[in-house]
Amino acid sequence: MPEASQHEVVVVGAGPAGMASAACAAESGARVVLLDDNPYLGGQIWRGSEQDPAIREAAFWRERVRNAGVEVLCGTRVFDAPRPGLLLAETWTGVRSLSYSHLILATGARERFLPFPGWTLPNVMGAGGLQAMVKSGLPIDGKRVVIAGTGPLLLAVAAYLHSHGAKVCAIAEQASKPRLARFAARLITMPSKLAQAYRLKRQLSRVPYLTSCWPVAAHGSGYLQSVTLSRNRQSFDMACDYLACGFHLIANLELAALLGCRLERGVVAVDDLQQTSVAKVYCAGEPTGIGGVELAILEGQIAGFAAAGHNEKATRHLALRRRYTHFARAMERTFALRAELRNIADETLLCRCEDVSLGRVRAHRNWREAKLHTRCGMGPCQGRVCGGAASFLFGWQTESVRPPVFPAQVAHLAAYSEADESPIEELA
Amino acid sequence: MPDVTVRVNGQEVTVPSGTLVAAAIARAGVQCFRRSVRGEGRGPLCGMGICFECRATVNRVPHVRTCQRVCEPGMEITTDA
Repeated sequence: MPEASQHEVVVVGAGPAGMASAACAAESGARVVLLDDNPYLGGQIWRGSEQDPAIREAAFWRERVRNAGVEVLCGTRVFDAPRPGLLLAETWTGVRSLSYSHLILATGARERFLPFPGWTLPNVMGAGGLQAMVKSGLPIDGKRVVIAGTGPLLLAVAAYLHSHGAKVCAIAEQASKPRLARFAARLITMPSKLAQAYRLKRQLSRVPYLTSCWPVAAHGSGYLQSVTLSRNRQSFDMACDYLACGFHLIANLELAALLGCRLERGVVAVDDLQQTSVAKVYCAGEPTGIGGVELAILEGQIAGFAAAGHNEKATRHLALRRRYTHFARAMERTFALRAELRNIADETLLCRCEDVSLGRVRAHRNWREAKLHTRCGMGPCQGRVCGGAASFLFGWQTESVRPPVFPAQVAHLAAYSEADESPIEELA
Repeated sequence: MPDVTVRVNGQEVTVPSGTLVAAAIARAGVQCFRRSVRGEGRGPLCGMGICFECRATVNRVPHVRTCQRVCEPGMEITTDA
């Protein structure tokens, strides 16, 4: 029988947006529970911030979450929303159901990965992925790392790994120099971003930053030993222990889609108060458009106040949110992926769960057809990795979901259907 | 912070408290966490619980995403060969 509880506000995702919304809703008097599948608060960007007092913003929000009396449930993964007002989640020890009157989705983003020959070799990792692993105990001192892909995250990861003793051989940024220069000029209007960029540049003064450069192959027997990069129609090899790749971010939309929230241009559509198309369901942070930590915190505060019925407090943040949203859209244009990244040999694996090649997927007209015929996107990750690639490579819509949105143990799925007949109804 | 000792494929590994199982496996010198359906060696990719490439058997429970689990004293961790 699942453990059951009821709440005025349930927040899914304990990164910056989720922490800010949970704190604001609870400070406004609501009974709030904050869930995350990770073992600690902070999401990806504030991972490891408990040990790192330098991340003051994270400490500030952790304190507010605690003082406001938010109930925190880490290691809790939502896998179904069987009807309005009810979520089912799996924990390390069992399953629980949570009923809510207001729901805030702060499910964050993941890295976009693009396939190239050899990208499945051990030690080819996400850029944020490698950083997360190092923050969680992976030794990096003295290791040679090539960082490749696109977006400001590459610089942040490079600086972090460098400061932890890694030898960062190169940063390969697929965006062109003129585009980056236009973006840099815009930073002047955002002093906090400018200071951040300046700090990163100084930290990385000895690391080659190669623009219009991207990975075309990774090599190694059993695990990664080198990478081939392409630049100015030439390719060259670089020996390395880790290749950290990230082609900007894609929002985690699965739960929003499952709940029936309207999506527009690949993000969750929200109004001024972060309310989605579904009544009493709010969304904040990356799922409403990739925008970074400052925007996520602003949206989280707005959603938290609005969900607790304090619209007047929510509207105070609207002007600043507009500014950060404009900046985010400029960032999106700067780091838009170049067409050459689509030139990948047919035999390259696209789906890592089911080992399906790009050529087999390419032969189909859409994502659904490709899934049915090739099993692409049907493995445990449910297309979270190859779907992001397929949407760029083929222009397909890959957001279709059905429960469970995360693989759950059969016993846990069964526990709910037994409970469905009886006492869980009393919660409604 | 106190250290934690776990076993990776039978080999004892001592890691700082708070270390993730995935990092402990790497510290044991293991590069291949699992075999894909075609038999290719795979290791962690996303580091945040999404890609399922880092799964291994932890305390006899198969398919645990090791990037989401913190090491506990005496944990038995087994990867695919």
